[in-house]
Amino acid sequence: MATATTPNFLEVNRRTFLRMSGAAAGGLFLSLHLAEPGHARQTPKAQAYPPAAFIHVRSDGKIVIQVNRLEFGQGVQTALPMLLADEMDADWSQVIAELAPAADVYSDPIAGIQMVGGSGSIAHSFEQYRQLGASARAMLIAAAAAQWNVMPEQCRTEASVVYGPNSQSAKYGELAESAAKLPVPESVQLKKESELHLSGKNTRRLDSRGKCNGSQKFGLDVDLPGMKVALVAHPPVFGARVKSFNADAARAISGVRDVFEMPLVRGTGVAVVADRFWAAKQARDRLQAEWNTASVEHPDTAQLFSKYRELARTAGNIAMTRGSAASMDSIPSSKRILAEYEFPFLAHTPMEPLNTTVRFDSSGAEVWAGSQFQTFDQMAVAEVLGLKAEQVTFHTEMAGGGFGRRAVADSHVQREAATIAKRLPGIPVKLIWTREDDVQGGYYRPMFVHRVDVGIGADGMPIAWRHVIVGQSLVAGTPFAARLIKDGVDATAVEGVADTAYAIQNFYVSAHHPEINVPVLWWRSVGHTHTAFVMETLIDELAMRAKTDPIAYRLKLLSPDAKKLRACLTLLREKTASWRDSATGNRAVGVASHESFGTGVACAVEVSVENKRPKIHRAVIAVDPGFAVNPLSIESQMQGGVTFGMTQVMPKGAITLKDGRVEQRNWDGYTPPYINDAPVTVEVHIVPSSEKPTGCGEPPVPVISPAIVNALSRLTGKRYRSLPLAEI
Amino acid sequence: METFKLTVNCQQKDVTVDPSTPLLWVLREDLKMSGTKYGCGIAACGACTVHVGGVPTRSCVLPISLVGERPVVTIEAMSNDTIGRVVEEAWESEDVVQCGYCQSGQIMSAVALLKATPKPTDKDIEESMGGNLCRCGTYVRIRQAIKAAARQLG
Repeated sequence: MATATTPNFLEVNRRTFLRMSGAAAGGLFLSLHLAEPGHARQTPKAQAYPPAAFIHVRSDGKIVIQVNRLEFGQGVQTALPMLLADEMDADWSQVIAELAPAADVYSDPIAGIQMVGGSGSIAHSFEQYRQLGASARAMLIAAAAAQWNVMPEQCRTEASVVYGPNSQSAKYGELAESAAKLPVPESVQLKKESELHLSGKNTRRLDSRGKCNGSQKFGLDVDLPGMKVALVAHPPVFGARVKSFNADAARAISGVRDVFEMPLVRGTGVAVVADRFWAAKQARDRLQAEWNTASVEHPDTAQLFSKYRELARTAGNIAMTRGSAASMDSIPSSKRILAEYEFPFLAHTPMEPLNTTVRFDSSGAEVWAGSQFQTFDQMAVAEVLGLKAEQVTFHTEMAGGGFGRRAVADSHVQREAATIAKRLPGIPVKLIWTREDDVQGGYYRPMFVHRVDVGIGADGMPIAWRHVIVGQSLVAGTPFAARLIKDGVDATAVEGVADTAYAIQNFYVSAHHPEINVPVLWWRSVGHTHTAFVMETLIDELAMRAKTDPIAYRLKLLSPDAKKLRACLTLLREKTASWRDSATGNRAVGVASHESFGTGVACAVEVSVENKRPKIHRAVIAVDPGFAVNPLSIESQMQGGVTFGMTQVMPKGAITLKDGRVEQRNWDGYTPPYINDAPVTVEVHIVPSSEKPTGCGEPPVPVISPAIVNALSRLTGKRYRSLPLAEI
Repeated sequence: METFKLTVNCQQKDVTVDPSTPLLWVLREDLKMSGTKYGCGIAACGACTVHVGGVPTRSCVLPISLVGERPVVTIEAMSNDTIGRVVEEAWESEDVVQCGYCQSGQIMSAVALLKATPKPTDKDIEESMGGNLCRCGTYVRIRQAIKAAARQLG
């Protein structure tokens, strides 16, 4: 989501300051408030729930930390508390991490809204959580020092205990109430890297046990007294409206409570509300609905590709120019590569199907959802229900994956849930999107066509590059458009090309963004899903033509300031030296490297062809995310990210449309990688660094597909320019 | 609606539901055991895997009327199962989970594998775990955890 080059995409950047929230509920609450007119000087009341604070030091010694963004696998629910606990010298075994509900105070300090995306959790909240921890520690020390009549400087802390100069000691839990009466320090000194004892160390996840024994509740597991389950019949073509429907058979199902037509973000649908999922599902299956599809565009993959290919032959809106665009024309065709690439729509299909529970009554509403965009989703529910956002209590539920699918600017799932709940005041309603709804429901990574003309110099390096990108804008019509669309170019479509780290003298990139009747959305690593594939396969082709080692070629072409990629490639070369050049027979090695969201990644894979498919025997990753907050988690993000990225090379890794209708229904037709498809081993090496940390959720995704096909090209001599990958 | 007598995690349960209701939804909605997950409804992802009569089974496509007298065992019972506990501990020790949504099913498949094959090879793992989808891509650590559990049980 969002690009590294435009972190503050909503132009909101409020100064934040710490504030203590009193001790009314027992213990120390430490909060952080946004300096906003009319907002800043309120004296917040401490509440146990919804929490008014980031830290609650309970009198029993437990330290409850609110995590200001969704946990959906990326490990932020462990990493942010690690940073805080480290500065606080909290006993890690006593830390409880909770997902904060929607509230202004929990906004991303850079983005200005409460959200997770753009691999920004650690990058944006690194300082914030450390400051919170350091402030809490200072207050606990001050409380102890006052009690012992000593100077704070004479005290030290360790594992949730303050020690005084004369063998005094007091546990944080004992000091919490008196600490809460003290002022929050104006400024605090953060630890030096050498003083950190948690950050930088392999730390297992806090949420592991509950996820291993079945006790972890996800959004779909929300269960409330009297709750109903709702499914919606969506139009077969995006934006179509219900012409008529016969609900007799649906209503005849035992347990069905209501069937009604309802407005959707696009078109209209029919809601089915029942006591249980199975009754709702059977009823929806029996619903006889006629749709008026004539008035909406019927997108068709084959026709779209043909239209996109035509568009790619003409220059689009200019995304980047450097040097002379015309320099290409003087290069003979023998020294040129003309390459055309095609990428299909991709669905995210997180394991946990989309869902939202809403309860609405005269006093307000309550929402339970695994949301990447709490701020927008809360506002959307409020709008549908005619409430103010603050009348909507929004619980952030643990989510079973997301990959961008829970970061939807139009909040269409929450709007559907609220629309249904509005009709049933006082009754909690859980809206479930079945897997079929999800696969067929749009919000895909857009289709793209790239057309690239490369001119090669005498030394085998590219000297001219003309690149046209065709694909829908992700942000047109959303609150992100103002920031991310410039001169008709959506930054999320050209990131990874326009800002390439390769120093190419004459460089010209343009883009077309056709408007198509298919809702589109960021897919883990956003534009880099396709741009890195194009760049890294072309660079590899150039290296092969130049008969140069692919790592050496890249190092030679990288601009001098591409420090992270240089470090990654150098580390990769070192870690693969023992086997990279010795792969023989039916195995070959492919390399790719790419920087996204501020993090550099280089990847080598050893591949053979088995049953006409690539078999990945091993993958080695070198990553430079700056300071590595939790190396164990970074390793898992790299391992998982490359597997997620392989979705696009799977034989059924595409969503296609025919005459307006999505041709796949479930994971039988749109099939991501299973254990047999994934690399057997993924070895991860982290570049040692003390630089400011950057994110790791998305950066592994872009490199794997080009690395795989680069290996295949070495085995077969062919180039692979269309995804998904056909039989080898 | 019809009443069925089930044995779930060694306990007798009576449920009155439509006979076509998949075991998954009986577990989740009638018995309030939400550890077993809905992912696809067509036996394509394995998130709903439970043991029925000792066999790993996709509960999303097994109508309650076909369970019969076979005992049903779910993720909720694994902490008290000799092999289940070791597998859960290996999962924690290897820090396998990410979003965690598929892991109940992964663990149920892994326990069934280790009950039948105490020393599984990579090929055994691929065959037994091949139908359990993980979108986070935790497969590398799943392999490691199964091997670690096998060593522990050895």
